[in-house]
Amino acid sequence: MTQVAVSASHGQRGGAHPGRVGNILFGGSAWIFAILVLVLLAGVTVSLVIAAAPAFREFGFSFIWTEAWNPVKDRFGALPTLYGTVITGFIAMIIGVPVSLGIAIFLTELCPNYLKRPISTAVELLAAVPSIIYGMWGLFVLAPLMQKYIEPAIIGTLGNIPLVGVFFQGPPYGIGLFTAGIILSAMVLPYMVSIMRDVFETVPPQFRESAYGLGATTWEVVRSVVLPYSRVGVIGAFMLALGRALGETMAVTFVVGNSYHISTSLLAPGSTIASSLANEFAEADGLQLSSLMALGFLLFVLTFSVIGIARLMLMRLQKRYG
Amino acid sequence: MSRTVVRTLRQAAFGTLAILAMAGSAQAVDITGAGSTFVYPIMAKWAEAYKVAAGTSTNYQSVGSGAGIKQIKANTVDFGASDKPLPPDDIKASGFVQFPAVIGGIVPVVNLPGINPGELVLDGKTLADIYAGVITTWNDPALVKANPGVKLPNTPITVVHRSDGSGTTFNFTYYLAAVNADWQAKVGADTAVEWPAGVGGKGNEGVAALTAQTTGAIGYVEYAYALQNKMTYTKMVNFDGLIVEPSAANFQAAAANADWKSVPNYRLVLANQPGKNSWPMTAAVSILIYAKQDKPAVGKEVLKFFDWAYHNGQQLAGDLQYVPLPDNLVKLIEASWASDVKDADGKPLWP
Repeated sequence: MTQVAVSASHGQRGGAHPGRVGNILFGGSAWIFAILVLVLLAGVTVSLVIAAAPAFREFGFSFIWTEAWNPVKDRFGALPTLYGTVITGFIAMIIGVPVSLGIAIFLTELCPNYLKRPISTAVELLAAVPSIIYGMWGLFVLAPLMQKYIEPAIIGTLGNIPLVGVFFQGPPYGIGLFTAGIILSAMVLPYMVSIMRDVFETVPPQFRESAYGLGATTWEVVRSVVLPYSRVGVIGAFMLALGRALGETMAVTFVVGNSYHISTSLLAPGSTIASSLANEFAEADGLQLSSLMALGFLLFVLTFSVIGIARLMLMRLQKRYG
Repeated sequence: MSRTVVRTLRQAAFGTLAILAMAGSAQAVDITGAGSTFVYPIMAKWAEAYKVAAGTSTNYQSVGSGAGIKQIKANTVDFGASDKPLPPDDIKASGFVQFPAVIGGIVPVVNLPGINPGELVLDGKTLADIYAGVITTWNDPALVKANPGVKLPNTPITVVHRSDGSGTTFNFTYYLAAVNADWQAKVGADTAVEWPAGVGGKGNEGVAALTAQTTGAIGYVEYAYALQNKMTYTKMVNFDGLIVEPSAANFQAAAANADWKSVPNYRLVLANQPGKNSWPMTAAVSILIYAKQDKPAVGKEVLKFFDWAYHNGQQLAGDLQYVPLPDNLVKLIEASWASDVKDADGKPLWP
């Protein structure tokens, strides 16, 4: 087998073989496509910076920590939307991470064969639902449920605990940062599950079987064999999901409440960068448009830092575990 | 093989050209417009009926007033439509002619179990105080005083506003600013404002959904939207201090009583107009076209379209709860077309 391959490549090297031109063309186009991504990224960054420049000139760096969004008086600041973006992403991860881990572990370690297909397909179908449908469902179905049952229960219990209580107080609007976080967790779930399932399946069966042979329980196998072996992929899955949660637009716009006030309560209405863009882009001009562009730039930076931090964490992990 | 393909392509191209040429000689040009989503339902109906009546297709994109203004400025469409009239210096700088096309009404809607549509009465100052977060419960003395005989509950008020930039919000906040000095000073009027209180819903449907789901909520939507969704709208106290119902007749009264001659370019917001029947939150949609038309044939078609709509579009407008412009105003507008809209040689396009 190897012999054949070597002799074939020898044949190509000698003289003007038609395969050689093809190879150059193939290599060249692969290069071009790869470079294209970098050019695209640079193009997006440059055009964002140019469009956002008037806002940064007007407000300086204080744009980032100013709590204001007033199109009438042309005073803009990013803090409310940055806060909303980070908090909704955070809630989505708090709910999504354990659930998706559970599903992925169940699918690879515990699931009987006849159930594997239906559950995997159901999870993948979740990813195929358009985000506007999540938004509509959130507004018409989830929000009333939250308002009538879930939020009053949370306010009545968690809201009374000293210190922590401030995060769970206020009137039950049904929509707000918390509801947006729940919708987001459902939206990023399929990405985390399908990546983690694939990563878990790369764990060599010998490792697993040796552990089981030594008398380990499923929990011990997952904790000591599967997770350490696949930690890079698992963290990658989380970060991909977080990046998606930070930038999700339509669904969040419907259920986040779209208020530019920062409230300590997680149940209060807020707004995210992506939702502000979706809401105001069509009617904005002048400094407002530029400020929206500046928000877009900050989201870009935020998502980049998430990826950067993930890389850093992975490098640390790899160093520690060699 | 490839030669056959080329020949087929060439034939197809000639065929298409021939058809295009025939179509061009047989009938006039098509017109395109973009802007206000508020006016889209009626614009679509007009375009459909006008196609049957005159054979001219009208392609209207409801991209939002701001985007419509951008498109007409970039000269990519033949007319723009905006819920917010353009200021005079902007009209002058861009070389536009501006005129209103149709009138609509904005109504407050509430979710209070046991209260019927039209039962509650609000005045402008109270409405602004509610939206400012100054009045926070439904049994506030100001509300009780305006509604003798109505049993108002001790429910907290949830304010619902539009989250997207919209002409509806502009006309609504313009009215609040006109009747409440605090609102004028602290918030002002625009397509999006810094809302002191409440939650934002995207589009009329978002506001309607949030209002319908929340007991004690108040929102504002276009009148047609409130009727279609059977929402509990309120009556209002108008400029003359009289209680009025939202209705097509009362929207038209506001337009008829407005002093259109007082401002150039019809730059009039119909909020808070005098007259005993005038609905205080009436809004007009402004159309923008170039005063100097590079393509006079197209420009003429645009004017013909709106002329047709003014004279034949009433029935369609009424079905959707929009109001055609009063006759005195149509005369005024068409006179201004004759004097202001010209082709490259300075020849008037109208009539």
